[in-house]
Amino acid sequence: MSAALSAQDISRALTRISHEILERNHGSSDITVLGIPTRGAHLAARIAAIMNAIEGKEIAHGTLDITLYRDDLRLRPPRTIMPTFIPPIGIQGRDVILIDDVLYSGRTIRAALDALGEVGRPRTVQLAVLVDRGHRQLPIRADFVGKNLPTSEKQSVKVSLTEIDGVDEVVIEGEAN
Amino acid sequence: MRHLLSINDLSATGAIGILDTATELARINDGQVKKLPTLRGRTIVNLFAEDSTRTRISFEAAAKRLSADVINFSAKGSSLSKGESLKDTAQTLQAMGADAVVIRHPASGAAQRLADLEWMSGSVINAGDGTHEHPSQALLDAFTIRKHLGKGASDLAGLRIAIVGDVLHSRVARSNVLLLSMLGADVVLIAPPTLLPVGVESWPATISYDFDSVIPNVDAIMMLRVQQERMTDLFFPNSREYSRYFGLNSERMSAMAKHAIVMHPGPMNRGLEIAADVADSARSVIVEQVTNGVNVRMAILYVLLAGGPLEVGSN
Amino acid sequence: MSQQRFLLRGGKVLGGQASDLLIANGRIEAMSASISDEAATVLDIKGSIILPGLVDLHTHLREPGREDSETVASASRAGAKGGFTALSAMANTSPVADTAGVVEQVYRLGQEAGFLDVFPIGAVTQGLKGEQLSEIGAMADSVARVRVFSDDGNCVFDPMVMRRALEYVKKFDGVIAQHAQEPRLTVDSQMNEGIISSKLGLKGWPAIAEEAIIARDVLLAEHVQSRLHICHVTTAGGVEIIRWAKARGIQVTAEVTPHHLLLTDDLANSYDPVFKVNPPLRTTKDVMALREALSDGTIDIVATDHAPHTSETKDCEWAEASFGMIGLETALSIVNKTMVESGLLDWAGVAHRMSSAPAKIGHYPNHGQNLTVGSVAHITVINPTKSWIVDRDLVVSKSRNTPYHGYELPGLVTHTFFGGRATMIDSKLMDKVV
Repeated sequence: MSAALSAQDISRALTRISHEILERNHGSSDITVLGIPTRGAHLAARIAAIMNAIEGKEIAHGTLDITLYRDDLRLRPPRTIMPTFIPPIGIQGRDVILIDDVLYSGRTIRAALDALGEVGRPRTVQLAVLVDRGHRQLPIRADFVGKNLPTSEKQSVKVSLTEIDGVDEVVIEGEAN
Repeated sequence: MRHLLSINDLSATGAIGILDTATELARINDGQVKKLPTLRGRTIVNLFAEDSTRTRISFEAAAKRLSADVINFSAKGSSLSKGESLKDTAQTLQAMGADAVVIRHPASGAAQRLADLEWMSGSVINAGDGTHEHPSQALLDAFTIRKHLGKGASDLAGLRIAIVGDVLHSRVARSNVLLLSMLGADVVLIAPPTLLPVGVESWPATISYDFDSVIPNVDAIMMLRVQQERMTDLFFPNSREYSRYFGLNSERMSAMAKHAIVMHPGPMNRGLEIAADVADSARSVIVEQVTNGVNVRMAILYVLLAGGPLEVGSN
Repeated sequence: MSQQRFLLRGGKVLGGQASDLLIANGRIEAMSASISDEAATVLDIKGSIILPGLVDLHTHLREPGREDSETVASASRAGAKGGFTALSAMANTSPVADTAGVVEQVYRLGQEAGFLDVFPIGAVTQGLKGEQLSEIGAMADSVARVRVFSDDGNCVFDPMVMRRALEYVKKFDGVIAQHAQEPRLTVDSQMNEGIISSKLGLKGWPAIAEEAIIARDVLLAEHVQSRLHICHVTTAGGVEIIRWAKARGIQVTAEVTPHHLLLTDDLANSYDPVFKVNPPLRTTKDVMALREALSDGTIDIVATDHAPHTSETKDCEWAEASFGMIGLETALSIVNKTMVESGLLDWAGVAHRMSSAPAKIGHYPNHGQNLTVGSVAHITVINPTKSWIVDRDLVVSKSRNTPYHGYELPGLVTHTFFGGRATMIDSKLMDKVV
């Protein structure tokens, strides 16, 4: 099985997304980057670091766990709650960039919007994902996409990151159709 | 896990999972978030056949912060005080569609009976049954101990904890002995011999009749409430003598290790088992135990009710 | 006198040689290797054991007063199902059996039911209160001919009352059956005091509460030279005291229940009150001591302490529930399992412990006799090779509180004959005894 995205592809995609975010928002001063645990949180840290290097200043970034807001809790065994860390500057009136690894049904992002609503009222909420695999069940789209990967619903998209898995790659598992 | 009836229902991993969940919930509760949608549409019944304002309020706050609907069913004025059986009450709750019942009952084993007899399909959470167990209290005590003394560890290995007083009649002591020892702590029970049950030698704890000799060597001292009626049942001569040997006063507190904490599940008899200045001292974490209680009970409700039918920790 | 004739083919009397046995005219008419009788109903019981009809010295029939849990008639049928031909009706009914009127009523109800003899036990004290002696003489002289007196359920606690009772029954060679339970040591007690009770938070019932009364009463019986019977012994310490008393020549007899020969206090872990019983289930050490004592004769008899209770008094919290379990229908199988299969008793020993010894203690006429030609045909047949599964929904008793629900028990009682009349054939109770 060959990788849909190599380490180099991922690196390039994250750099491009970082530039696009800065461009769209006219710089970094109002941006708060929030990653959705677990892999989205690591991607957020990387994107924040890239933007730090470009802008030459610290980008506000943190994590947002959405477990308690999921609408599919009853369909699975209880999940472990992951840490939420909102940077001290908060999200009130800010441009919040949500980061996740894979955009699929859209339900995770819906839960994230609910979770954000409890914390404060951002000026805008934008979404950046490494992979968009399609099959949306809700009217949600990403503002920044690393790679569109057409898949069948029987397949699964496995994102590996060095921080957790020791390697950077994206693999599509299972047969198409 | 469907029910929480006894600490024996938990593995060490499962117990630590609840404490970890409570830690995250505490961080959320400390921030601006007051309400989570997690248990929206679920009905939790507080079935209290015995007065306990603090435990009931704690479970109620926990359930409400998770957006569950809460129905309070207390002994006073309810059918339980009119001779209706536990069975009939349970069937009524089932008909009302209760997803979980939090039960406090004067009879040991009442929670287990409710769970075993399949009178209702929901989860049963034991909030204190007679002189048997009070698992949510032990979990909040373990949470409090870990927070103050855990040094970042997930369990309580290496800690030494004294439980002092009426062990014989204490459900708090029974649950704490099981949980704290499971999490790796050394538990010392300190009481007059009349207030230790026959068979206590089989418990995972050591026994001492001499409070003063134990005090300097423990990390936490958990004082148990002494019921006034014990005095008429010949368990000790009078309250003065009890306090002299087993009460925690400021003199004894000064013999504690610098880092050691004082705990009490409440409600306290100030001046009997604990002196007022000890209860109000900087070492006392008694008020914090109440705060932690809400977070731990949210974690219990989350673990029992949020998931689907599979077992906790099966992944 | 019954006109029925039954020819039992190939059964082993007390587990001995196979032979035929003819029942006619209410008596054992013939016993030999091969009998033919064209008028008799032939029953092939090859491989089964023939025992004298079982005699229970301790049964709660609940009538009068609690006919919703059991009646004399329903208990009689349950007894026949378990192989019994005589039951002893405990006095703790409502009203209490403390007058000749009540014991005669119970006796008559037994005769009317007709499945076995019901011998009433009289209360020692009025209303079982432990204060004033009941009408002991009148009950002894009544139609019921009461010889056994007991406040069972309550201990005759006051030593002076116990002394007077022991003395008083000497007049007609009666016996006081003591429920040995020191009341002050057992206030609100729920189960055996020990490791299990410490964990379950159920109030302990110390063994000493039983042993202290046994010790006191054997000394009282010695002092006044009267007959004492100890109901339901449950502790190894109690056994030791009785052993000592017997060696000293004190006229003491003792009983053990089938459930105390098998079940232990760890069953309370379920908090299921079907295991709540007075006296409580004890430890494995106690169970082993009781079996040994029954084997060596220190304990004289097995008595069921059959205690029916309606489901609402058991379908509740442990502390709220009533004490007691039913046991008539399972008694012989439990004794087979615990005593015969373990080699501690042979079938002759079972016949002694469950028939002749209790009949002798109670002076029950015509019961517990040797199985010889001419004796009254009270007969029980058990097939020791057949096992059965206890189902509380299929019991004959009006109550379902058996602790053995779902147990597979060895030995099936197949036939019972009461005075030559069949009360059960091929494990099927007769509708009516004719």
